[in-house]
Amino acid sequence: MTQQTGTEHNPFYDASLTKRHLRAQAFKLFTLTSIVFAISFLVFFLGDMVYKGLPAFQQSYIKIDVAYNEKSLASTRKAIDKKYRRIVSRSWLRGIPREVENNPALMNTTQTRWVLLNHQVDQYLKGHYYKVKAKNIKLVDAMQADGLVELKFNEIFFTHGDSKIPENSGFKSAVVGSILTLTVMMVVAFPLGVMTAVYLEEFADDNRWTQLIEVNINNLAAIPSILFGLLGLAVFISLFGMPRSSPLVGGLTLALMTLPVIIVSSRAALRSVPDSIRQAGYGLGLTKIQVVQDHVLPLAFPGIMTGSIIGLAHAMGETAPLIIIGMIAFIPDTPTSIFEAATVMPAQLFTWAGMPERAYIERTAAGIMLLISVLIAFNTLAIYLRKKFEVKW
Amino acid sequence: MSQKNNTKIQVRDLNLYYGDNHALHGIDMAIQENKITALIGPSGCGKSTFLRCLNRMNDLITSVKVDGEVVIDQKNIYDKDVDEVAVRKRVGMVFQQPNPFPKSIYENISYAPIKHGLVKKGSVACDELVEKSLIQAGLWEEVKYKLSDPGTSLSGGQQQRLCIARTIAVQPDIILMDEPTSALDPISTEKIEALMLELKKQYTIIIVTHNMQQAGRVADMTAFFHMGDLIEYAETETIFINPVEKKTEDYITGRFG
Repeated sequence: MTQQTGTEHNPFYDASLTKRHLRAQAFKLFTLTSIVFAISFLVFFLGDMVYKGLPAFQQSYIKIDVAYNEKSLASTRKAIDKKYRRIVSRSWLRGIPREVENNPALMNTTQTRWVLLNHQVDQYLKGHYYKVKAKNIKLVDAMQADGLVELKFNEIFFTHGDSKIPENSGFKSAVVGSILTLTVMMVVAFPLGVMTAVYLEEFADDNRWTQLIEVNINNLAAIPSILFGLLGLAVFISLFGMPRSSPLVGGLTLALMTLPVIIVSSRAALRSVPDSIRQAGYGLGLTKIQVVQDHVLPLAFPGIMTGSIIGLAHAMGETAPLIIIGMIAFIPDTPTSIFEAATVMPAQLFTWAGMPERAYIERTAAGIMLLISVLIAFNTLAIYLRKKFEVKW
Repeated sequence: MSQKNNTKIQVRDLNLYYGDNHALHGIDMAIQENKITALIGPSGCGKSTFLRCLNRMNDLITSVKVDGEVVIDQKNIYDKDVDEVAVRKRVGMVFQQPNPFPKSIYENISYAPIKHGLVKKGSVACDELVEKSLIQAGLWEEVKYKLSDPGTSLSGGQQQRLCIARTIAVQPDIILMDEPTSALDPISTEKIEALMLELKKQYTIIIVTHNMQQAGRVADMTAFFHMGDLIEYAETETIFINPVEKKTEDYITGRFG
């Protein structure tokens, strides 16, 4: 009724309007669904990681007497009462001689200590799947009732390298390995990439050769990363005889992989510097080098940094080429130089993810959380740098 | 007339090629000292290209080939032993779009003189040079309390005068202006024109303009270009009132272009 009067008095009435609105609504809903879908995946993934990984930041300890004497130094399991021997960590007991060495006053005394429990008991206390004898569970339950069992912050995860004993394994050597590898990578790839971009963008003539180089650089950016690993293996290890599994080779290999990314993004940044700035410089009788150094590069800097940091973040998560050059090795000791064998964070995660023990799965998730936090920090830094140094026109 | 004494730039048989495209055909022209010479003509006639020959800016384009002579102070700037960067120090250039560096007003002016070793960074002489250049460009009163503001924060007309001040600071003999007011409003244009008339006492100015009235207002000499040829070159009054060539007359009276 009202519609009809509306039609009569409305010269803009369009019969297809309702249909059009419906279609617009449906389309909007469709696009919304896809984003909800994508976000729910992400949330599920992150939630799962946090749920699985958070327990790894805590580790169970038990408060018992530890005897420091000749006998316990000779056979460390004798330092504690027989009934605890199946529930405490072997790795903790192994540390007793060193403890005495550091503090000789401990000799021939008995101390009440918080002693690390083994990973099976730890998993039991955290409510996960466990393999512990009923007798020992009873013991742990009784001790827990007395307040002699506690979950403490897991320092070991941050201060130890990999270990065959799950409760003794940590992420530190992988973190240090990553830092060393990425440092080598940036030291090599950043100057090379930026200089290549400057040459191609500011100095090179536009001829067949430069076009060929350009096409090849763009192609390199799309090559599967594992091929760079094979290249690194063939060139750096076989040909130049550099130490296998070392951050040096890893960094150089990742540098090869990241170079095209840095070159392409730096070129884009240089190209976005308005030509009028270069003209202004030349018009004042400045040399090409002065113009590029003092006017073009500073303006392109935010773009170059953003591209490089994204390349860095990309390289940090790269595993395949590093597996090829042997950086998947079991590394209990933290590397101190770029020539020693090392592993990197994603490779360490790969190793742990394949382990049968539940404690390693927990550590994998915790490691992923660390890795993702660093990646997010890098990307935030990239955005911050771009905003901060962006020149307003 | 004793024009021979005050010829600043003598162009002889200048040919320019963009690859295979012959863009300037045997230009001969004598540009006089302390005068404003306007280059007019329809779009694509080669006037900007010609202007850029005078400080070898065309060298930056790889496909360009130049033949002939441009003699400034008895020296052909296209001789093998002449460095184009040194030429551009003596022959400054102001562009169509104001293009200050994204730095402070002070740095915009002091940057090139410091690089050329005319003054030392942070010296009193440097401050004086900045002040002198800004005064000459008629911008000092407007910016003297905000020299550390970015040059890009100024209005378009002020930016263009900043660019002129920046060019003057290098202490050239000749200033080339490529349509310096085409991006500006009438009031800013008027200021720049007044500035040009002031500057010609010390500098030889060559200006490319699309604006016939502007050529009429400021130029002493006017050259009319068409299709890469210099059709007519004479005193501005002659060109506007009594041109010899039919083409010039047609262009001036607005029959084409």
